[in-house]
Amino acid sequence: MDSLPREIDTAATPAVKVDGLTKDFGDVQAVRGIDLTVYTGETFGFLGPNGAGKSTTISILCTLLDPTSGTARVADFDVLTQRDDVRRNIGLVFQETTLDVYLSAAQNLEFHAELYGVPRELVRPRMKQVLEMVGLWDRRDSLVQTFSGGMKRRLEIARGLMHSPRVLFLDEPTVGLDPQTRSSIWKYLYELRDSEDITIFVTTHYMDEADHCDRIAIMDAGQIVALDTPAALKAQVGKDRVEIRTDDDEAARLAIREKFGIESRVLDGVLTFSVADGERFVPQLFEMGMAIRAVSVARPSLDDVFMAHTGTSIRDADQAVARGSGPPPQLAGRR
Amino acid sequence: MTTTNEVPPITVVSVLVPPRSWRSDWRAIKVVWRRELIRFRRDRLRMVTSLMQPLLFLFVLGTGLSSLMGGTGAASDVNVRTFLFPGVLTLAVLFTAVFSAGSIVWDREFGFLREMLVAPVGRWAIVVGKCVGGATVATFQGLVLLALAGLVGVPYNPLMIVLVVAELMLIALMITAFGVMVAARIKTFQAFMAMTQVLMLPMFFLSGALFPLNNLPTWLTILTHINPLTYAVDLVRRTIFAFIDVGPAGASFVSGVTWGDWLVPMWLEAIIIAAMGLIMVWVAVIQFRKA
Repeated sequence: MDSLPREIDTAATPAVKVDGLTKDFGDVQAVRGIDLTVYTGETFGFLGPNGAGKSTTISILCTLLDPTSGTARVADFDVLTQRDDVRRNIGLVFQETTLDVYLSAAQNLEFHAELYGVPRELVRPRMKQVLEMVGLWDRRDSLVQTFSGGMKRRLEIARGLMHSPRVLFLDEPTVGLDPQTRSSIWKYLYELRDSEDITIFVTTHYMDEADHCDRIAIMDAGQIVALDTPAALKAQVGKDRVEIRTDDDEAARLAIREKFGIESRVLDGVLTFSVADGERFVPQLFEMGMAIRAVSVARPSLDDVFMAHTGTSIRDADQAVARGSGPPPQLAGRR
Repeated sequence: MTTTNEVPPITVVSVLVPPRSWRSDWRAIKVVWRRELIRFRRDRLRMVTSLMQPLLFLFVLGTGLSSLMGGTGAASDVNVRTFLFPGVLTLAVLFTAVFSAGSIVWDREFGFLREMLVAPVGRWAIVVGKCVGGATVATFQGLVLLALAGLVGVPYNPLMIVLVVAELMLIALMITAFGVMVAARIKTFQAFMAMTQVLMLPMFFLSGALFPLNNLPTWLTILTHINPLTYAVDLVRRTIFAFIDVGPAGASFVSGVTWGDWLVPMWLEAIIIAAMGLIMVWVAVIQFRKA
């Protein structure tokens, strides 16, 4: 995938603008004062372990929860005072399915179109377009109960788009899906981004998915701990991981230590070390005349980024929640 | 493998959704209503099973009680099955309407309610659509039963049928609203079913559907008089028996609900039902604003 940031007009009215947002549930502060600007046309990733406050934040942005303090504007409407205007201009894909499985795909979309006041003459053409986009046009008359998990998710994305929202919110859109289906969902989202003038706001706790976004915010314990492009965030972590195969690993190890002061390890016949800007570093090894047979340079992953900012890996953070040390209150009451 | 690789020429159909107005709420009511009908039509099993109970009451209980009375006294002038028929019509409406209302709990459990609650329409419109939808389905079920009128000695008089259907609509609306009101705060379908068992059966037994309400002990009279279903059953019964000649002795069985010595007029019964219905819709809307 092309990881270059696309042209985004940062001067235009932002799609989402959040200032000093907080949300308390009783004594628990789920969101602790966040500021956030999502530019129009951007694919914005919202990252963090379960219980970090992502869902609470997205619920506030979608007018499902009132903030305790602070302001939030979506599509240039205030989430508290212009609730209906916000709702008209956003599409929602929730974490759990919200389809009527006893209706057909088309009936689900028709229902949505009526609720959102889509002009009658546009319902059919729009439905055709969004269903084709997610590859479900042929299945439009099938009952949703016959759909697989991935198909349901695609249908929900299509439904969220029925009324041409300016911002599409997806709360963990790929959770519980197998890797193949997950990547196909992202393929559809890319197509969507290219064919419609839309801002995508997606929460996830899959690190690899954050790479699909133009910018990401990492949330932990109710606060945003980092916000930048995936590349910039990784650059902040700094070092790339370099793996080389040589004829004489031990000699190479000593040479690298002597010349650059870098410690490396031999693992399974591969010499591994960390260095800033690995791609520029490797040629220096060749200049030394080192007998290198194979090279690989790996950029730091977003997992490394998350670790650097929160001091824990996202999986450990999730497990901490699962053990009950700090669940978000809105999840605590649910089965 | 999916075969969606032939890329269709994408012409972007862009939709401009108009700001919210009375029209959006009106469309919301209609689509929620239509969904109830679609789902009912799909659910053939439910159509059949919800007729079971009324038919049992009508033919099994009705026939059994007939043999018990054995044609003594005034009862012989009024066929027991004919007497039970209005109550059984109400019962059919009662169970279908409550079950329809209960689908709100179902929708909540399976997430669809959320799709409705985040839409840019008034929540009252969702509630009203649901009530009207449930009432339509329940009236239809009553209509199916009404088709059996001939089997229990009720004539197919067009005027009577029109009146009874209109009354059933009113009753269905009241009961659906009642169900929606109860369902608004309940989280699981099991809890809803338990709740309806606790509420519906006493309401049914205390409605005069199965026995005449005159000459009951005071405590029972009080209970039946505060039960809105009593007026529903009585209204339908008086309408039907206006078209059947049962003689003076039989008429005393079907003479209607009295407050003290005062016979409650049928128009007042209709107003009681309509008023109860409106109040319950109103309460349901308030419950949903908070939900």
